[in-house]
Amino acid sequence: MTRLAAAVPGIQLELVPNGSPGNPASLVVDPAQAVAAAVFLRDDPGLLLDHVSNVTGVDWLDTVLKETTRVKQVIDGVEREVEQTTERRKPGYLEAVYHLFSMARKQGPVVLRQRTANRVDKVHVASLTPVFRGAEFQEREVFDLFGIVFDGHPDLRRLLMWDEFQDHPMRKDYVEPDDYEYEPTPHDEVLDKARRHYPVGATP
Amino acid sequence: MDEGLRSELSKQGVFTTTLEELYNWGRRSSVWPLNFGLACCAIEMIAASMARFDIARFGAEVFRPSPRQADLMIVAGTVTKKMAPQVVRLFNQMPEPKYVIAMGACAISGGPFKQGYNVLKGIDRYLPVDVHIPGCPPRPEALLHALMTLQQKIAAQRLTGPERPPHARDDAPAEFPVPQYGPYDLNPPHNPEVWQPAAVVRDEA
Amino acid sequence: MKPELDEDALIGALSTGEVEPEGLVAGPAPALATLPPPRGFELTPKSPAASAADGEVLEVAMGPHHPSTHGVFRMDVVLDGERVLRLKPVFGYLHRNHEKIAERTTYLASMPYTDRLDYFCSLTNNWAYALAVERLAGIGVPERAEYLRVITAELTRLLNHSCLIGFLLHDMGTMGTPLMYAFREREKILDLFEALTGARMMCNYMRFGGCRVDAPAGWLDQVRQVVDDFPRFLEEFENLITTNEILLARSQGVGVLPAALAISASVTGPMLRASGVDYDLRKVDGYGFYPRFEFRVPLGDHGDVYDRYMVRVLEMRESLHILHQALRDIPDGPVLDPKAKLRNFRPKPGEAYGRLEAPKGELGFYLISDGGPNPYRYRVRPPSLINLTILEDMCRGHTVADAVVILGSVDIVLGEVDR
Ligand code: SF4
Repeated sequence: MTRLAAAVPGIQLELVPNGSPGNPASLVVDPAQAVAAAVFLRDDPGLLLDHVSNVTGVDWLDTVLKETTRVKQVIDGVEREVEQTTERRKPGYLEAVYHLFSMARKQGPVVLRQRTANRVDKVHVASLTPVFRGAEFQEREVFDLFGIVFDGHPDLRRLLMWDEFQDHPMRKDYVEPDDYEYEPTPHDEVLDKARRHYPVGATP
Repeated sequence: MDEGLRSELSKQGVFTTTLEELYNWGRRSSVWPLNFGLACCAIEMIAASMARFDIARFGAEVFRPSPRQADLMIVAGTVTKKMAPQVVRLFNQMPEPKYVIAMGACAISGGPFKQGYNVLKGIDRYLPVDVHIPGCPPRPEALLHALMTLQQKIAAQRLTGPERPPHARDDAPAEFPVPQYGPYDLNPPHNPEVWQPAAVVRDEA
Repeated sequence: MKPELDEDALIGALSTGEVEPEGLVAGPAPALATLPPPRGFELTPKSPAASAADGEVLEVAMGPHHPSTHGVFRMDVVLDGERVLRLKPVFGYLHRNHEKIAERTTYLASMPYTDRLDYFCSLTNNWAYALAVERLAGIGVPERAEYLRVITAELTRLLNHSCLIGFLLHDMGTMGTPLMYAFREREKILDLFEALTGARMMCNYMRFGGCRVDAPAGWLDQVRQVVDDFPRFLEEFENLITTNEILLARSQGVGVLPAALAISASVTGPMLRASGVDYDLRKVDGYGFYPRFEFRVPLGDHGDVYDRYMVRVLEMRESLHILHQALRDIPDGPVLDPKAKLRNFRPKPGEAYGRLEAPKGELGFYLISDGGPNPYRYRVRPPSLINLTILEDMCRGHTVADAVVILGSVDIVLGEVDR
């Protein structure tokens, strides 16, 4: 990582720890420097990460963080400890995750992440297809299902859904069309759907 | 002709039959399926045509790649919304009389992938299905059984009278409208002439 | 445009009856260090359709209903006469939303869905998913279960490769004979799977931390019998096919994939090895008990369709070798880690990427857990989809009939391409 920082001037890196034991942490790069970083990772003789195994997107919704702090306050002349809850809205973002391996040195993975600014309009990250050809279809798939726009991709079209389709179905807040039909034993989610689909007393 | 006379004649080596029976016998003994694999079930369909199960015993081994030469469409596998217009179009291109077997849970109802956003919840939303085969995947024996069921169905069809099958009637549709890709779903989401959602009135809270 | 045929070397070796020409089988030592770094390749060069000076170019959509595309796969080809100028694959006709459904259900409930990814190789899919979850939650696997996994995975490889070769030859116009032979062997292996798991195709057999049930009495003997009989089939198959003149003419020099491009395009599996890159995850990652077994990794020289065919045939022989060792060494014991939780399984927040060498290539599962009962993000790395990246590069300049053969040699299954 230090070598990467030295090789690409002005790069901003951040290491995201991985909560699961025995699995590697991942590296967040800024989309502006992502291509330079990827070229370095591919060509550095100590790394030679020439095999991009997996490209995928992750959708992180807006989250509301609740922070509880204990502060000392003077109320009516008496010092008391009061619990204060502050709510912070953490904006969500979309994330493109790359798993890089090395075929030549048989090592890996290095997990590279690029984050978008938000989930609505600033959804651009840099495409790594010019560096790794294998990312081509996978980035198209991420564009299709998550709506991340990869700048510099040679052929960015929908991969799986039809071209007229307008939504990004793998996002967490995607609402699918209501083509529910009656099931004899609805339960859980299906029961919720059934309630919505067949309101009480409605005549078909 | 009554049955007794007929069997008496056949003992003497004289076969009698009706035109209808002869016609249906010919049709049911050489059903040519469309070589139309969609997903996992297609592999079992291929397996049914291979040496061990040998669908040729039922006269249906001639898998045709072209819909123009086929009379049976075995919808073997998941029909996605992206694929559904093509399925309907292929069915429209088949000459009458034509039949549909929906093979596998997916083709019947969406099956295990019923909750998917791109999965059509059963091909009977667009096409009239003659035989459904449940299973995921149905074994090749089940496909053979479905074929026999279809043969019985063909054998029972009348050429005249009010119970004529659709292909012998002028008012029955020969082609079905092909759904269009919409911005969120297929348009229309089902063909109301072929399929209507079950009428359910929920009364509990 | 057609590359020079390098027939002499191969045919010379083959006509002497030597079916393993030197260089097609390499030991574990890689010849990779000499490879040029994968850079400077042309990125999807867009040959303008108008470049065909004489005559018109023809745009054809092959598929999604086409007998040669192994399912509902579509290729938009631009043709100049018979030559392919451009070829754009179009996917999604079997997009069944596997990932979305899996993110909504529990970890265990996605296991049956993995069967339906690559429906020829349900057991390796199961294993890959189990491997990823085991990495995520840090679960161990008992010894007998690992052996059972190896046995079933190698049987799956036999089944997949033999059927694939049948389909490949079917595409070349053999109209069924090799396919019938392959399916005859497939039925034998499927009977084994049915005895073990209860289902022919959709086995749903692995669990996190082991396997669902132990093998029934006498099952291993049945496996031994099938494994012992298999070489006879392979010999028959090879006598029929390997030196067949039509096969040689149709496959040698067709669809050449250079090693540098293959690496850059993340091609994996037999396709990569046919291009001469020694990268087999069974050796590299050493997952399961593969380091305990002795086997070789077949490599190709030319990277054409014939090498891909040959690599698969040789891999089947190596699989048999592994199976013999596994059947000899398999110990008694439990098949499921007693500490593994099946119900109410909630791994700690974190993420894991598990991959293994499926018959089609590197199959990976990427899981992000947020501590809940279902994965926050669930992603399948489909080898078939990524191996198709370079389909256009391989097909350009060949005839349409060759494009069909090249597609057949890539070995795709649409359930996995589109998921
Ligand atoms: S019913 Fe089962 S086996 Fe058949 S296509 Fe659907 S998922 Fe595949």
